[in-house]
Amino acid sequence: MVRSIIDTTDLSVEEIDSLIETAMDMYEHPKDYAHVCDGMILSTLFYEPSTRTRLSFESAMLTLGGRVISTPSADSSSASKGESVADTVRVISCYADIIAMRHHKEGAAYVASQYSRIPVINAGDGGHCHPTKTLADLCTIKQEKGGFSGLTVGLCGDLKFGRTVHSLINAMSRYDGIRFVLISPEELKVPSYVKNESLKKKNIPYTQVTDLEEVISELDILYMTRVQRERFFNEEDYLRLKDSYILTPEKLRSAKRDLSILHPLPRVNEISVKVDEDPRACYFKQVENGRYMRMALITKLLKEAGRL
Amino acid sequence: MNIDSIANGIVIDHITAGRGRMLYDLLKLDELDQSVAFIKNVTSSKMGRKDIIKIDGITDVDFDLIGYVDPEATVNIIKDTVIIEKKKLSPPKKLTNVLFCKNPRCITTIEQEIDHVFVLSNEKEKEYRCIYCETKA
Repeated sequence: MVRSIIDTTDLSVEEIDSLIETAMDMYEHPKDYAHVCDGMILSTLFYEPSTRTRLSFESAMLTLGGRVISTPSADSSSASKGESVADTVRVISCYADIIAMRHHKEGAAYVASQYSRIPVINAGDGGHCHPTKTLADLCTIKQEKGGFSGLTVGLCGDLKFGRTVHSLINAMSRYDGIRFVLISPEELKVPSYVKNESLKKKNIPYTQVTDLEEVISELDILYMTRVQRERFFNEEDYLRLKDSYILTPEKLRSAKRDLSILHPLPRVNEISVKVDEDPRACYFKQVENGRYMRMALITKLLKEAGRL
Repeated sequence: MNIDSIANGIVIDHITAGRGRMLYDLLKLDELDQSVAFIKNVTSSKMGRKDIIKIDGITDVDFDLIGYVDPEATVNIIKDTVIIEKKKLSPPKKLTNVLFCKNPRCITTIEQEIDHVFVLSNEKEKEYRCIYCETKA
């Protein structure tokens, strides 16, 4: 079976460090990588709407000299006829060299990886994992802070359904000296299994609070998240919680001068547009880093699969 | 109440009272052709009450399932009226098509052909999680 990436933890810390290094080199020396994937085909298989992740994967492959095939949406694919994920990837394995897959059901990418003859990259499976977004987060943190040790990382907003939050906690918990501050309403706290597996088992210090302003001055990283309508079964709950935290220049007054503000995007209103001008805002850098990290990952997996 | 002892077969003893029926169903003992005795609420000096299952004749039994339902149960394999093996039970590392994921967002809710697989994530708590979505059983 070829190697696929379903969760960030499928990669060792050393592999992640190496991917970040490669991504930075790709950023600095784009010409050196312009033909690395000549003749290769990426299939973007998106069962759920996405703009940036899909475009980022497609841009990554095109920048490497490869080509992209995809369906306009899940509605126009065979999934709408009731075809299983297993059958779909068996078929796509005949057309492409690598798959980037987004699905609304949790575990869909894992199922795909079990039946695919080509590497599968999980581009988000419901509220479960989104490893390439986490790789972009890690790359940005490394770029901004030079490393991960000794950082106080604040995660704010929807910490219950936010898959990027769970992936980031999981990934960062593998580095030494990290402390987490978890900022959310009671209803959107980090699930206990994430705390047990990633924090308690590894004796990683963390605090849970409901007030952002109370802790903002302690933070080296502030990771804001959106309360996502699509994760709620109940519209009332969504409306009640959606404006829980809004980051404004006023709230940032007591923050550290070298704070880095991250956000997985898209945002709705949880970060005021006025914050965009603040040099501490890093969320658009994350987007750019995401493209280079995806380039590095595509190249790595194609090489490991013996296709490059 | 007397149930004849068996000359060749399997005796699952010391089953926590009340779990025998579940074990009987999960092991699909109703599908066997040979004699099977399911005795519930037997007086036990150690346990107060217990359940016992006796299967006449050596047959393939999924011992992992017994370990999942009741790791404290004992399993004796009997041949020519002599106990030839005492099985040591422990919660199995993996369960296939025994538990079904309750998470409505899990891929198992729509993907028909895949097995429902759970892995032991916490041995102390006997906690199992779906391999697809990691939801607790």
